[in-house]
Amino acid sequence: MSTLTREQAEALIAEVLEVYPEKAAKDRRKHLAVNDRSIEQSKKCIAANRKSLPGVMTIRGCAYAGSKGVVWGPIKDMIHISHGPVGCGQYSRAGRRNYYIGTTGIDTFVEINFTSDFQERDIVFGGDKKLAKIIEEIEMLFPLNKGITVQSECPIGLIGDDIEAVARKASAQIGKPVVPVRCEGFRGVSQSLGHHIANDSIRDWIFERNAQDVKEPYEPGPYDIAIIGDYNIGGDAWSSRILLEEMGLRVVAQWSGDGTLSELEYTPKVKLNVLHCYRSMNYISRHMEEKFGIPWVEYNFFGPTKIAESLRKIASFFDSRIQENAERVIEKYKPMVDAVIAKYKPRLQGKKVMLYVGGLRPRHVIGAYEDLGMEVIGTGYEFAHNDDYDRTIKEMQDATLLYDDITGYEFEEFVKRIRPDLIGSGIKEKYIFQKMGIPFRQMHSWDYSGPYHGYDGFAIFARDMDMTLNNPCWSKMTPPWLKKEESLTAAKAA
Amino acid sequence: MANIMIRRSEEGRYIFYLPKRDLEDTIVSIQFDSAEKWGGEIRLANGGCYYIEPQPAPARFPCTLRAKRLDAPE
Ligand code: SF4
Repeated sequence: MSTLTREQAEALIAEVLEVYPEKAAKDRRKHLAVNDRSIEQSKKCIAANRKSLPGVMTIRGCAYAGSKGVVWGPIKDMIHISHGPVGCGQYSRAGRRNYYIGTTGIDTFVEINFTSDFQERDIVFGGDKKLAKIIEEIEMLFPLNKGITVQSECPIGLIGDDIEAVARKASAQIGKPVVPVRCEGFRGVSQSLGHHIANDSIRDWIFERNAQDVKEPYEPGPYDIAIIGDYNIGGDAWSSRILLEEMGLRVVAQWSGDGTLSELEYTPKVKLNVLHCYRSMNYISRHMEEKFGIPWVEYNFFGPTKIAESLRKIASFFDSRIQENAERVIEKYKPMVDAVIAKYKPRLQGKKVMLYVGGLRPRHVIGAYEDLGMEVIGTGYEFAHNDDYDRTIKEMQDATLLYDDITGYEFEEFVKRIRPDLIGSGIKEKYIFQKMGIPFRQMHSWDYSGPYHGYDGFAIFARDMDMTLNNPCWSKMTPPWLKKEESLTAAKAA
Repeated sequence: MANIMIRRSEEGRYIFYLPKRDLEDTIVSIQFDSAEKWGGEIRLANGGCYYIEPQPAPARFPCTLRAKRLDAPE
């Protein structure tokens, strides 16, 4: 449970790699590193965004998951067709807990699974006719939808359907955007390429269309901003939004948690894009910077230290009034934050955490843990690129572990040796570690809790970590008949 | 030849971005950097080297350009 020295950490990595065949070990070696804060360029120490090794248990998803599950899925007033066999959409349905306001099935559709349910004949004869029919039926059954996206699953690319042609025709017919997204699961090495493809499809099919024929009644203001890359998991975007609004900014769009089509269309007129999930939406931010001259800024709303830093950074793009407001907001929440820290820090101080999440949180939540006196001793991403590791190296302490696209085996071995006090990862990892007797929080879906963003979120975050770590169940891991004599007599005496 | 995007960082340095490989890096040197003649060989912090046809400096950043890869690590 003690922190490792650099040599111990290196030795641990070498030991874990021993079971692999030589070639596999060589490849995996590149993805495991011991943090060295003096390194400027992460690619000197860690390889990222590479194809996973066949035969190992990777925890990654596919491009379809990146587009339908992450970027497009939460746009609530559009209908997203999972185009292909039924499983991809059904097994991932409503898994990400993107909260939204609206009447599901009437004017919002996030939780419903729309699929073209491919059968053998669709694979043999092509599914374009079916797609056109589905769009027609959707229009009839759900007339309040604002548009449709076609999220391709693997077979679509394999059989060579022309979904673009269908989309163009259908769009002209129904007078709404129909966006074909070429996010077949086999593209790229992880869900990351799906984010990129989805971003590009917004650029090509929403912004372009917007420029041509949408005349929206929208008066731009001097303090308009858009929240980019917040998926409103458990209400995250809402607890972020109130802080920005208290600062005097007007949040015009949420990308894409609780977002709508018109919000996407309004975004090219805002003054600043504030970017939370860099990994999944930097592409569109860069595009808007070039095309519409909108600057973007990365921010981090996990934990009071980072929130204050971020509020000041965002305010620095505006006039002194907003800057003063930012200070006022920080001041206003200070008593609440102090109370949270006073309550939970003594219970959590010094506890060691290992993280393994998607493409942003492995570095973003570090500050929140540190605010509670906890220490992150290992972190890693499923699908980060090297620019994410560049940003991570600075956040982590020296001689901590970094692991990219970690395999199930490696993760278990690391945990067995290091025995952290808490692990933050996803549902697939949860029960393995709980059965090993180690407290666990799901850091993708907040373990059905949340929000964790913003000051209100921090209070919930602190409570949840305490609830998990100091749960009395962890002392009941050894059954009574295996307990040592003395502890039994001690218990009797007590 | 690949499309690249060049923008200026907060400190005024040039930042190189290659969308195809999602590669972002600072430019450490650029062969020509004046209003009339701009471009040529550019060197990245990661050791990579690209060539942009010398041209008048772009009116505003970020901007997308075509560049040729001369030498890149990996
Ligand atoms: S990899 Fe293909 S088949 Fe599997 S979930 Fe993704 S889109 Fe569906």
